[in-house]
Amino acid sequence: MRFDPGTRVRVADRPHEGHHRTPAYVKGKTGRVERVHAAFKSPEARAYGGDGLPQQPLYLVGFAQRDVWPEYRGRPGDRISLDIYEHWLEDAD
Amino acid sequence: MSDHDHDHDHAPITNGDEPPAAARARALEELLVEKGVISREDVRRNVDLLVSRSPADGARLIARAWVDPAFKRRLLEDARAAAIELGLDPGPAPVVVAVENTDRVHHMVVCTLCSCYPRGLLGPPPAWYKSLAYRSRAVSDPRGVLEEFGVELDENVALRVLDSTANIRYLVIPRRPDGTEAMSEEEIATLVTRDSMIGVAHPVRPAAVTA
Repeated sequence: MRFDPGTRVRVADRPHEGHHRTPAYVKGKTGRVERVHAAFKSPEARAYGGDGLPQQPLYLVGFAQRDVWPEYRGRPGDRISLDIYEHWLEDAD
Repeated sequence: MSDHDHDHDHAPITNGDEPPAAARARALEELLVEKGVISREDVRRNVDLLVSRSPADGARLIARAWVDPAFKRRLLEDARAAAIELGLDPGPAPVVVAVENTDRVHHMVVCTLCSCYPRGLLGPPPAWYKSLAYRSRAVSDPRGVLEEFGVELDENVALRVLDSTANIRYLVIPRRPDGTEAMSEEEIATLVTRDSMIGVAHPVRPAAVTA
């Protein structure tokens, strides 16, 4: 696992043709690793009959809502957390 | 596929009012069975398994967590093992992670990409959970969505939305309502609604049950 809990990470802002599970609304955004789940087969290959190997570590990454949505209507402490595979994450520091 | 010559006109063959998505799913199933990837028995068994689960299963987990702090810790550490401990069958993968609502944070679950949901513990998701409106607004305006569900959060409670984008399914442990101290585990389980385990409702207040 490349990132420990607490690490600041940026979601890669790259286009991707075909099935992937990184929503556009967090691409390019910076958050923090909240939890390291485990490694799983990559859905980007499995969606097309591939074996999905090597497995990709999966992280729960949390973002301040105000960093994700400039017009966010809520409290400063409000967060949104998503599961992101390691190959979509970059060290933000 | 039809192999007769189309030298004549006829109305397109349709199956009544079957929606396009249902027709596509049926076509895929036919193909997968024809190619030997799955059997009709596999399909039937999995549908049976899914509809045999209900929010009452999840509610048993929550009620036990409310009365037994050690069980709650185990549920937060490994929800699958905790479910098996209660005699529930969470089904094959995916992994379930339980998150706890407290006086500081309220959790709300969505799947923006499709309809990921802890089906093995709650049964099939409600239709609104799969709607484009919920899936888009639950991430961008979750407090607005909660208002529409009639949920008010206390002044100092932060809202944390969980978007289950991958292999993990999230189960919310709601806050135990006040006034339930004298109730049995079975009684408080009836306060735990499906929506409270998604995080778009509070559990039922006991007065509303006994009234």
